[in-house]
Amino acid sequence: MAAPRYVADPGDAIRLVALDGLSALYHLPSGTTHIVAPPAPEILEALQEGPADAAELLARLRERYELEERADEAIGIRLIELEQAGLVRRA
Amino acid sequence: MRYKLALQIGPVAFRIGSTWRAPLDALARLYAAYPRPENDICDFTVRLEPEKPWRRWLRPSVAINGDYMLPDAAPLPLSMGLLAAEMGMNLQMALGQKRYLLLHASSAEKDGRALIMTGESGAGKSTLSALLGERGWRFMGDEFALLDLDDGRLWPFPRAVSLKNGAIKVMEKEVAADRFGPLIADTPKGDIRHMRPNDAALSGMGEAAKPALILFPRFGASEAIRPVGQAEIFMRLTQASTNYVALGQAGFDALTGLVASCPAAAIDYPDTDAAIGLVEQLWREAA
Repeated sequence: MAAPRYVADPGDAIRLVALDGLSALYHLPSGTTHIVAPPAPEILEALQEGPADAAELLARLRERYELEERADEAIGIRLIELEQAGLVRRA
Repeated sequence: MRYKLALQIGPVAFRIGSTWRAPLDALARLYAAYPRPENDICDFTVRLEPEKPWRRWLRPSVAINGDYMLPDAAPLPLSMGLLAAEMGMNLQMALGQKRYLLLHASSAEKDGRALIMTGESGAGKSTLSALLGERGWRFMGDEFALLDLDDGRLWPFPRAVSLKNGAIKVMEKEVAADRFGPLIADTPKGDIRHMRPNDAALSGMGEAAKPALILFPRFGASEAIRPVGQAEIFMRLTQASTNYVALGQAGFDALTGLVASCPAAAIDYPDTDAAIGLVEQLWREAA
């Protein structure tokens, strides 16, 4: 079975404000507010390039950030959390 | 409605109508020094009516109605008509206010800058704002602080202070008797006595101030100042706002702007003098 691919709303659909180490995120399409921790904002930004599965997303993030060895596992879990929060969806 | 009264409180104008004369007389006495709305145009209407038509004479009880209604707002006995009018004004603000982000908070102003205090019921925010108002600050409000959606300034809402239980004695020591309403005993929140804010608060009710400090007071613990992270401040203030969700992005922008621009702290205090000392200390540090 192919890994699920995820897509995020365009960048102008969210407002993101850094609050110390966390961020307040307002999602315009749903009108909901979220408090998110890294790497959620970074994942949403990387998905602006287009739909991606966890491996593709990880490759995009590795171009921009230094990630830990086990980041692949964490990215998969974060994507599921973001999907449950309504901030990403299956492509 | 047989009896009517229009009141200007800060930037908000109310029309209160009542089937009975007594609650409006009490309200008119308490709010005697307040301005009347310009051109008699009001933002909200509060109606105090009999719960059922025949209840007007037989053990009368007051149902609180208005432009915005909660289906389960419990009626109060007529002897608590003043409380019903005040609850009605709160309810209209909480449910209907769209021009400002409404924070369930007390506030006071000094040197053109505003202090915001928010906390759970019983935290002492109301008493502290009332005390500051008698000790060199301008009292802005004990229940709602109105954050301007356009420029982030704080508008006052200096309605009569609703003192509860122990706070009644604290303020009776500080303030002349003619500024108090009648003692309303055994309400759902215990004893309540209203206190009219002083002249400085009333004459300044049209003046907004830039927020400069946010405090989360808590009564009953030994004296302490605790830092609060910005994300927690933001979360607590969304919970303290009655219209944050309804305002959508405008509310988000106003609230994140406030949190980013304003220092904040949680304070624990064993008595009101200790609290005032902590407030003054943090205010000096925030300057």
